[in-house]
Amino acid sequence: MQDNTDIKAAVRQFLFDNFIMGGDVTIDDDTSFMKRHILDSTGFIELITHIEETYGVTVEDAEMLPENFDSLQNIAAYVARKHATA
Amino acid sequence: MLLHHFLDHTTDRLPGKTALVAGNERITYAELDQRVDSLASFLRARGVARGDRVALFLDNGMDMVAGVFAALRIGAVFMPVNPLTKQDKLTFLLNNARAGVLLTQSSLAFAWRAAIEASPAVHTCVVRDDDNAAPADAPDRILAFPEHDGGAAARTGCPESIDQDLASLIYTSGSTGDPKGVMLSHLNMVSAANSVSTYLELQESDVILCALPLAFDYGLYQVLMSVKVGATVVLEQSFAFPLKILERLAGERVTVFPGVPTMFSLLMTLKGLERYDFSPLRMITNTAAALSEEHIRRIRALFPQATLFSMYGLTECKRVTYLPPEQLDIRPSSVGRGMPNEEVWLVDDDGKRLPNGSTGELVIRGSNVMRGYWENPVETAKRLRPAPSPGPHAGEMLLYSGDLFRTDEEGWLYFVARRDDIIKSRGEKVSPREVENAIYSLPGVIDVAVVGVPDDVLGQAIKAFVVSSAEVPLNEKQVIRHCLAHLENFMAPKFVEFVSELPKTDTGKIRKTGLA
Repeated sequence: MQDNTDIKAAVRQFLFDNFIMGGDVTIDDDTSFMKRHILDSTGFIELITHIEETYGVTVEDAEMLPENFDSLQNIAAYVARKHATA
Repeated sequence: MLLHHFLDHTTDRLPGKTALVAGNERITYAELDQRVDSLASFLRARGVARGDRVALFLDNGMDMVAGVFAALRIGAVFMPVNPLTKQDKLTFLLNNARAGVLLTQSSLAFAWRAAIEASPAVHTCVVRDDDNAAPADAPDRILAFPEHDGGAAARTGCPESIDQDLASLIYTSGSTGDPKGVMLSHLNMVSAANSVSTYLELQESDVILCALPLAFDYGLYQVLMSVKVGATVVLEQSFAFPLKILERLAGERVTVFPGVPTMFSLLMTLKGLERYDFSPLRMITNTAAALSEEHIRRIRALFPQATLFSMYGLTECKRVTYLPPEQLDIRPSSVGRGMPNEEVWLVDDDGKRLPNGSTGELVIRGSNVMRGYWENPVETAKRLRPAPSPGPHAGEMLLYSGDLFRTDEEGWLYFVARRDDIIKSRGEKVSPREVENAIYSLPGVIDVAVVGVPDDVLGQAIKAFVVSSAEVPLNEKQVIRHCLAHLENFMAPKFVEFVSELPKTDTGKIRKTGLA
């Protein structure tokens, strides 16, 4: 299992590879993807699918919330929680 | 009647009523009026004069609404810009409109900072610090939003304004690739708001949830109409988390929910919705693209007490038609008939009016029809044409929609096709030319053709066929990322297919027929 730092780095890379538009955009651990317009509704669906496939977790509808997916640190904490209870 | 009189009249009548809810903030009409007043005085002190363009590049929220009414109150023209807009296009829009002022937020600095450098007309850029990242080097023209002092609004307006003055410039995708600024007068917008709120029977007791961007006229009019009737709007910044929207719908006891098919598709994929109480919801509206019969069935199952309005519109005249809800079971695929105080009919290629049961181009006549496209007489002449003279409408301009419809024997309208090749994805208009131009600027691209392909969630998804040179290898991700960097997110292709060549016509133009 990967630790939190690895997950944040890997998801950051996923966002850069698939969504980020050059320029000087940076993603800090607490940057909101929604507020920075990095992801929109269909982008979040792609991100969540990627997280399910990469980290072997099943995201319930009720978990599709900004508290779980709207920043690198929220994602890392969410994945860690899911792994801990798996 | 001027558009901002909606706010003046409602504030006088209902000062303590909640006007807007956004995030954790709720403001009354009196508080909104004060904010508008402070911002209007501030803009006037910065030299904004009657007819000047004020660009609003903001997420849905209090500042966006205050910006609309503040510009109007001093006789200026508000110009909403989608917050997904990237630097190149923002630069184009600011320069095309020669906007003097940009109202924006610090979290969008990656797009506006370079854009204002390339926009000499912008003398004032008012920035809300929404991410604690205030610009380190703030040149003179970058300023913070004014504090409102809490005093009663003085409403020192622009007494010279008349209802033929421009109220708004709303940019829309053009088939040539360059966006066109739709010029709307106070009369146009007041007329449209009156017609739409009349057939929807909007009431003072309504609570409208708006997750549509206010840069999109469908979103903007939720606010304008709510202010007109004294209702409440709950503004959401995004539809990224549909569950949050549902919590909001239930928690705020929302009565009106305007959406587009992509939103309804996302909602319908969620499970466990029974636990929410949506009983106050009395009306759902849909426009931008048609709902499938399956959509209609599922929306009704989830919100059985709500009436459902199918509508069709164009930025050029706001709304064109609506289907009265009681007709939905009889003719589910119809977009209805012309709205109140507006006349619509179909014409053949020679402009001759067609009887019921025909197919032709839809023509619109009414005081909601735009004045034209900003400084673009060529495109204006394609859409606005003088009514036949002599004749009952001589001297008027009619709007030729560019959309083909058919009528049934009773005159109800059914959308057939667009006459140009504009793609509708997520309810937004996308010009294939604009996407192609962006892809052509990527090194290694030789030829490109962009088309719309059917998609369950998006309506149409954007697909690019690319011929690339052997020397510069390209992959799908690179093309999509490049588009995300230069275009609004909804314009980026979902699919990219590399081909060795594209079919051409005898004259060497790319032929898109058959590409999918």
